[in-house]
Amino acid sequence: MKPSAFEYLAPDTCEEAFAALAEHGEDAAVLAGGQSLIPMMNLRIAAPRVLVDVMRIPELRAIRNEGDRIEVGAGVRMAEAEQDSGIPLLQRALRHVGHPAIRNSGTVCGSAAHADPAAEVPAVLLAVDGEVVLRSVRGERVIAADDFFRSYYTTAREPDELVVAVRIPPGPSRVAFREVTPRLGGSTGEFATAGVALAAELDPDGRFADVRIALLGVADRPVRARDAEALLLDAEPADDVIAAAAESVAAAVDPPSDVHAGPEYRRHLVSVLTGRALAELAA
Amino acid sequence: MTAISIDVNGTAHDLDVAPRLLLADLLRDRLGLTGTKIGCAMGACGACTVLLDGAPVRACLMFAVQAHDRSVRTVEDLADDDGELHPLQRALREHHGLQCGYCTPGMLMSILPLLESGQPLEPDAVREAIAGNLCRCTGYDTIVDAVVEASRP
Repeated sequence: MKPSAFEYLAPDTCEEAFAALAEHGEDAAVLAGGQSLIPMMNLRIAAPRVLVDVMRIPELRAIRNEGDRIEVGAGVRMAEAEQDSGIPLLQRALRHVGHPAIRNSGTVCGSAAHADPAAEVPAVLLAVDGEVVLRSVRGERVIAADDFFRSYYTTAREPDELVVAVRIPPGPSRVAFREVTPRLGGSTGEFATAGVALAAELDPDGRFADVRIALLGVADRPVRARDAEALLLDAEPADDVIAAAAESVAAAVDPPSDVHAGPEYRRHLVSVLTGRALAELAA
Repeated sequence: MTAISIDVNGTAHDLDVAPRLLLADLLRDRLGLTGTKIGCAMGACGACTVLLDGAPVRACLMFAVQAHDRSVRTVEDLADDDGELHPLQRALREHHGLQCGYCTPGMLMSILPLLESGQPLEPDAVREAIAGNLCRCTGYDTIVDAVVEASRP
């Protein structure tokens, strides 16, 4: 099918974009990379009456290192962030998003705003305690990732708000990312069945410190495996410790069932992937 | 209708388009460049891949209006004006890297930036580059062989 007709707006400034979203509200969809929106429009799952293209707003195209955080603007393509963001876990995870051509168009903020529970970017934001910056004619709100991702394709964003950036504070230096399907790109590599985003430090004694484990594909939004994190804190990265953490992850999740997998398989996946990611990180 | 300016294969075009016109349909229906194919309309198959400002993108997942003031390169740009095949096309033919040919334009455009980097390519790098291009006919090995050979002078 072809997409249904819409009014196309391409503002040059944020203020124009906010005004358009304020005027049209739920009748409008934001167009950045379009790699999630346009497939939906091609299938007529989505048929917004107005599209607000934000990719011609120069200030949104920036990656800003503010010292105490890095801000990735709404117009930053995934391919750019993969190269230049300076956020190790994000760069590692972006390699698994779709295919290179998808990443040349799609944006980091777009993935956050779309909030697919099996997407990589939301899990990364959760793992690094990132924030989402929302702006509208009413002003600015900064929402912690944990509060931003509410449910399937549902976030804290109001219809008149634009995700202008995601903010990532400095985080642990060791990172790992695993998902199934592991193959970079590939026909099933587009959408993960389940995965884990991991960041941690090893203190001078070689023990786990500041452990972050975020899981994708096992709930209606990304989730932190906080029991497993607590278990690992101050522990040595020994096989039995890692195995215990992997088991804790399995016990903590109650995955949904769908055409791709039942709950047992997803639970098994995140458990095994967490174990492997921890082993890789501690090596 | 929205007025756009777009460079396609080195030729500037000024066109009025409906916002909902996909870039793939602009190329195929308005400009007669039917090399670019639409296989899935979801970005999964890669048959619609073109180069936008030098980078591979899915033409089925872009509206033509998004390509305003940008340059597009399609498979039609590869062979020269006399019809002599690009070395990549020649290598693909010699290695039987195509049968029905439907995936081929998207394959070529996904590979081209990698090839134009000038580095000799290893099979794994080629496989990664075409991971987003589905082929029902060849089993991919002949495509990989062709590209590896084309990358070596």
